[in-house]
Amino acid sequence: MFKYLKQLTSLVAMVAVLFTFTTETMAAKKSKTLKNTQKKGFVRCGVSQGLPGFSNADAAGNWTGIDVDVCRAVAAAVLGDANKVKFTPLSAKERFTALTSGEIDILSRNTTWTLSRDADIGLTFVGVNFYDGQGFMVRKSSGITSTSQFKDGISACTNIGTTTELNMRDFFNSKGIKYEPVAFEKADEVVAAYDAGRCDTYTTDKSGLAAQRTKMSNPDEHIVLPETVSKEPLGPVVRQGDSVWEDIVRWSLNTMIEAEEYGITSANADMMKTSDNPAIKRLVGAEGELGAAFGLDNEWSLRIIKQVGNYGESYKRNIADTGILPDRGPNELWTKGGILYVPPAR
Amino acid sequence: MNFKLKDLGPQLITVIAVVLIFGFFTYNAQINMENRGIDFGYGFLSQESSFDVQFSLIEYDGSHSYFRAYLVGLLNTILVSVIGIIIATVLGVIVGIARLSPNFLINKFAAYYVEFFRNIPLLLQIFFWYFAALRALPLPQDAEAIFGVFFLTIKGLYVPAFIWQNLNIFLYSIIAAVITIVIIRIHAKKVQENQGKQIPVFYISLGLIFILPLLSFLIGGVSLSFEVPALKQLATTSFIYEGGVSLPPELIALTLSLSLYTATFIAECVRAGIQGVGKGQKEAAASIGLTPNQVLKLVIMPQALRIIIPPTTNQYLNLTKNSSLAAAIAYPDLVLVFAGTALMQTGKAIEIVSITMFTYLSLSISISILMNWYNKKIAIQEK
Repeated sequence: MFKYLKQLTSLVAMVAVLFTFTTETMAAKKSKTLKNTQKKGFVRCGVSQGLPGFSNADAAGNWTGIDVDVCRAVAAAVLGDANKVKFTPLSAKERFTALTSGEIDILSRNTTWTLSRDADIGLTFVGVNFYDGQGFMVRKSSGITSTSQFKDGISACTNIGTTTELNMRDFFNSKGIKYEPVAFEKADEVVAAYDAGRCDTYTTDKSGLAAQRTKMSNPDEHIVLPETVSKEPLGPVVRQGDSVWEDIVRWSLNTMIEAEEYGITSANADMMKTSDNPAIKRLVGAEGELGAAFGLDNEWSLRIIKQVGNYGESYKRNIADTGILPDRGPNELWTKGGILYVPPAR
Repeated sequence: MNFKLKDLGPQLITVIAVVLIFGFFTYNAQINMENRGIDFGYGFLSQESSFDVQFSLIEYDGSHSYFRAYLVGLLNTILVSVIGIIIATVLGVIVGIARLSPNFLINKFAAYYVEFFRNIPLLLQIFFWYFAALRALPLPQDAEAIFGVFFLTIKGLYVPAFIWQNLNIFLYSIIAAVITIVIIRIHAKKVQENQGKQIPVFYISLGLIFILPLLSFLIGGVSLSFEVPALKQLATTSFIYEGGVSLPPELIALTLSLSLYTATFIAECVRAGIQGVGKGQKEAAASIGLTPNQVLKLVIMPQALRIIIPPTTNQYLNLTKNSSLAAAIAYPDLVLVFAGTALMQTGKAIEIVSITMFTYLSLSISISILMNWYNKKIAIQEK
């Protein structure tokens, strides 16, 4: 029975392919995701359920954040309008299934890039838009100023389905401290429980701690300890198997970072078309045919810079100006002492 | 021939349809997983889980396997279901009978309780008990001792731990008491049937269940001491209790909300069951000289139980399945530990979800079988 079913399916697929051959452009044909996105008219983007600075919706349902900006950049490149994004809030637990099952096309949700996630579960990480590390938050009144003061019996609130759970175990085991893990499904509940005094410490990525601190009933009562106990490179993820789409998302992110490097902003992007620097001219689409490889026009990167801005603008707007992490730390350009370094667009 | 075809036709079509649908889904999943480079297999169950769980009935930490993590989740689900079912049943029966009380206050109180708790979504109740009630509890250092040994704090309920010596002798004495009671009961029934004499079985049983274990203390070398929880300072304002046993607030909140919610439905089943027994039965029983207690025990309840058991089975099943809402308040049940953390760490969505579904199915069917057996046992046995 299966044999016939298989033959039938391939027959249907062949007929469908024959029909589409005549109408599609070369690259769109290579990328099913790009084709579907252009047909639907919006980019389907998975984000968090509310993490200020990364992906957070206001009362009117407008999403902002540096993770949100990655999806907006892709929408600007592919559809010409950064607002043509449909955001799907996902819990840590749901996120990968939503992506692999095809419910969303980009997962831009403060997700740590690890070997097993990249290799095992049908995902591909396209880059890093925030270099982070796991830290601990405690109440100021506890007098704790360093993780070395943690003692046996400490209770730690965190999220399930994150690398945090694993790092926490590694950390406490290496220090030989007995601890009580209290793991919730949603971040809001973690914050509420920690805030109520259920746990002595709250652990997650340091950017997350800084962002969630703003949600506490009295943010000034809490401090983030200086130690960083893990590497957490956060970045957008796509499904495995669509390399053109993967390249589009990767280079949309890279464009934002490289634009900052060359000083191209949303305000001066148009003027930069007449720049003397060929690298700048390529980035704003005044030279070369960089978009053709993805099946896009030549102004895709210009639209990203004009509508979303460069990485620095996005960081300033979402993370620095909101008081979450004013200091860019490792997320500064390599030319300014950070580790943001992307391959050249040429 | 025609007659047979008419009979077989629809059944055959149903079977083919079911096979086709399942075949399609399996095939579809296979193709899609292949396309996306996802491997299928249960080999991950023996891998090291490398995550810890807050509360476990068996020994477990991250160095154990995913299968062990599955068992931890399963046992936690069973624990909360069993405690929930017991409390819900006791409370449900009391409230159900109270709703029939001629006393206005008791009657109305029971009615308001039922209407209030069964009309608020369970998830909200769980959040209420966890977040609202939890915030109201004191921090460990501010907690007042209850009876000098219990401490109810925001970090959980701390109770003294029992430290046994020769625990096995104590357990044997209880088993011996139970066996003796069963023998006496059988004997008493025979005596009553043959000679019409009644033996005070209840008082004898009560005596035995106390005296035998007591003897084990006096001459069996059994001894029991308590370890009372003691406050321990972790940091300037951070305390916990050490020693003793700690029940996490997640377990308490979940059990409380599940049993308060389900008890309302059981109360209605009980009320319906008692009201379903004809008034004449009660009057007839009273007229032959049975005491009110005997009327309830020998005439009303045996008949009412037949009406009560089937819908109550449904409530037990609901409670067990509703326990999966635990994930919202960090109680490490099957859904949180296995279909949550383990799924995330392995990415084996289809395997883990299918195991979880099958587990809940087995749990539910086991409860059904048990309750159906009990239902059959109390059904009218026509002679």
